[in-house]
Amino acid sequence: MLAAILVMVGIAVVTGLILGWSAIRFKVEGNPLAEKIDAILPQTQCGQCGFPGCRPYAEAIAKGEADINQCPPGGEEGVKKLADLLGIDPKSLDETHGTPKPKSVAFIDENTCIGCTLCIQACPVDAISGAAKQMHTIIAAECTGCELCLPPCPVDCISMVPIAEDLPHWKWKHPVIELKRVA
Amino acid sequence: MSRELFKFKGGVHPPEHKAESNGRPIHAAPLPRKLVIPLRQHIGNPAKPVVEVGERVLKGQMIAAADGPISTAVHASSSGTVTAIDLQPVPHVSGLPDLCITIETDGRDEWIAHAPLDYRAMAPADLRTKLRDLGLAGLGGAVFPTGAKLNPGASGHCPTLIINGGECEPWITCDDVLMRHHADEILQGMAVMRHMMGSTEILVGIEDNKPEALDSMRSAAAKLDFAVEIIAVPTLYPSGGAKQMTEILTGKQVPSGKRSTDVGLQVFNVGTAYALARAVHHGEPLISRLVTVTGHVLRPQNFEVLIGTPMHTLITLAGDRDGTTGVLMGGPMMGMPMPTLDAPVVKATNCLLVESKELFPPLPKALPCIRCTRCADACPAELQPQELFRFAKAGDFGRAQEYHLFDCIECGCCSYVCPSHIPLVDFYRYAKSEIWAHEKDKRAADLARERHEFRQFRQEREKTEKAEKLAAKAQAKRAELAAEPAVVGAAPSDADAKKALIAAALARAQAKKSDAAPKNVDHLTPEQLQQIDEIEARRAKIRELARQPLESEEKNT
Repeated sequence: MLAAILVMVGIAVVTGLILGWSAIRFKVEGNPLAEKIDAILPQTQCGQCGFPGCRPYAEAIAKGEADINQCPPGGEEGVKKLADLLGIDPKSLDETHGTPKPKSVAFIDENTCIGCTLCIQACPVDAISGAAKQMHTIIAAECTGCELCLPPCPVDCISMVPIAEDLPHWKWKHPVIELKRVA
Repeated sequence: MSRELFKFKGGVHPPEHKAESNGRPIHAAPLPRKLVIPLRQHIGNPAKPVVEVGERVLKGQMIAAADGPISTAVHASSSGTVTAIDLQPVPHVSGLPDLCITIETDGRDEWIAHAPLDYRAMAPADLRTKLRDLGLAGLGGAVFPTGAKLNPGASGHCPTLIINGGECEPWITCDDVLMRHHADEILQGMAVMRHMMGSTEILVGIEDNKPEALDSMRSAAAKLDFAVEIIAVPTLYPSGGAKQMTEILTGKQVPSGKRSTDVGLQVFNVGTAYALARAVHHGEPLISRLVTVTGHVLRPQNFEVLIGTPMHTLITLAGDRDGTTGVLMGGPMMGMPMPTLDAPVVKATNCLLVESKELFPPLPKALPCIRCTRCADACPAELQPQELFRFAKAGDFGRAQEYHLFDCIECGCCSYVCPSHIPLVDFYRYAKSEIWAHEKDKRAADLARERHEFRQFRQEREKTEKAEKLAAKAQAKRAELAAEPAVVGAAPSDADAKKALIAAALARAQAKKSDAAPKNVDHLTPEQLQQIDEIEARRAKIRELARQPLESEEKNT
């Protein structure tokens, strides 16, 4: 009887040590689920979800503090992907956080710009170049279209320009085939 | 020829329709009044304009330079004046305009100075750059920059060189007539390729429905000082595909996701070899090409056309007829419908196929897929087209990629044999472009994430830097003051140090104030001094008066 107890205790101690050691040895840095969620989010960093950027929103979803339908730039497709990842039912976008808009880039009317640098401070991806009392301009290739530069502008010289379809951005459409009525 | 030939899987045999256009000699299309030359005619980065509006250019002058290694230059096809650099219609199925250089021709067709290249004496890298600057791109259809392709890779030599004269697509005959009339130059180009690639085995594959081209190439090859095998391959669509031609001639398959140089061979089109010979032996850039105009026209034939010539002029030359329902650039299997005939002929334009109701009756309405797998039997890339169709239609692009969607060469065999008349290739093109768009979005998102994280890091760094700077400054001041009383001999406590700091700040402020004293009080006359004294006395009196009632008020309250 005693031998059996000792053996069981021994096994428990050994496995406990192995588990404890491996918990330290193979500790995963950061939150892997938040990483995966962050990879799906569109990285506009617009804050429409109510969090200061995509990463904090991803972390909030991972903790269960935020819903998956708060990201208008990601659209319904993004919600579907998040639902697939988390194994929950997709839902429609929460309209209180905004509605999806066509992809746009900010454009500074350089005649009106007074060089106040407020938009530069607001831009989450450093996509505006300029300096105090110098004309500012958007680096279009790096603009995510988050619209965060619009409110701080004291002279309202920034507008959002939808990205027009041109040859490099053109996509084949889903073919429409007329089906013959059989029955 | 006793060479053993291999057979690729699948393939179809559509009606050839070659005889319509291959009997007539090559006609040079007349010089148009206006040439519209697109800057995106090849795979890779579009060329960058190097001329300005209003500039006079000569025939063969570079008007746009290559941008990066996978790109080629673009040249003026004739002499004239640049009238515009703007968006113009281009031969693209979307009908969207693209950046083009428009040249108003002056009719003199005046060449820029050009000289043959001594390719044997040139370093391979220099020669490749030179060919890129001469605008050479593959004329078989993919328009891949030839300079970049003429690179044997790390091994330094590519044992097998294949020249593709397959031209398997129905109706098209431009390679056929080129081989009939310019076999010598094609072989000259091949000699340059052999030199650059270090190849020991040179194979020319020509479908056996082109006996005249085979004869002409064989008699030209007999004159050469190195061995070239001219091989007749059985006529079967798509034997002219680079991978299919490779398999027929060598039995080798290029593995999925690898390049043909990885298995020791490289494939070039006969048109590319001809253009290379013109470039090396005459120094001429790629400014013209052969274009078959056939189908529903009065005189189907091949034209030597300057790049930039509007398509409608060729159709007029060939004799346009009533009942035209559309024009394809390319053949009936892989060709693209042209939304506008104002678009110019580009390096990729091998054929203009004019359609009519009689020649190309509209397809019957599609029926649902019955999974008969006839498409799988016909697929030369050994794919499962019915599965790819299912995934593409459902938007399940990940699965489509698992089924090797990107090995699809869009040859159209599957659509050709489909008993339900489903436009299968359209679905694959749709799926491919969706996947590319997704990848592009992903790259943009990754860039945005990186920049956002860097911004946060930068803000954090600036904050700590500022705090450190302030702390260091305060520390320095404290040390400075601590040193002063040490001379006096008093040990400073913390409170003393603070007091000393305040005293020092006050002293600084005082000094500043006295520095800012008015400068017009020096060298005054006695009268002025007296006046000042009087004024000061009055001021003191007023101040005194002003203070008294205030004090009395305070006392009262």
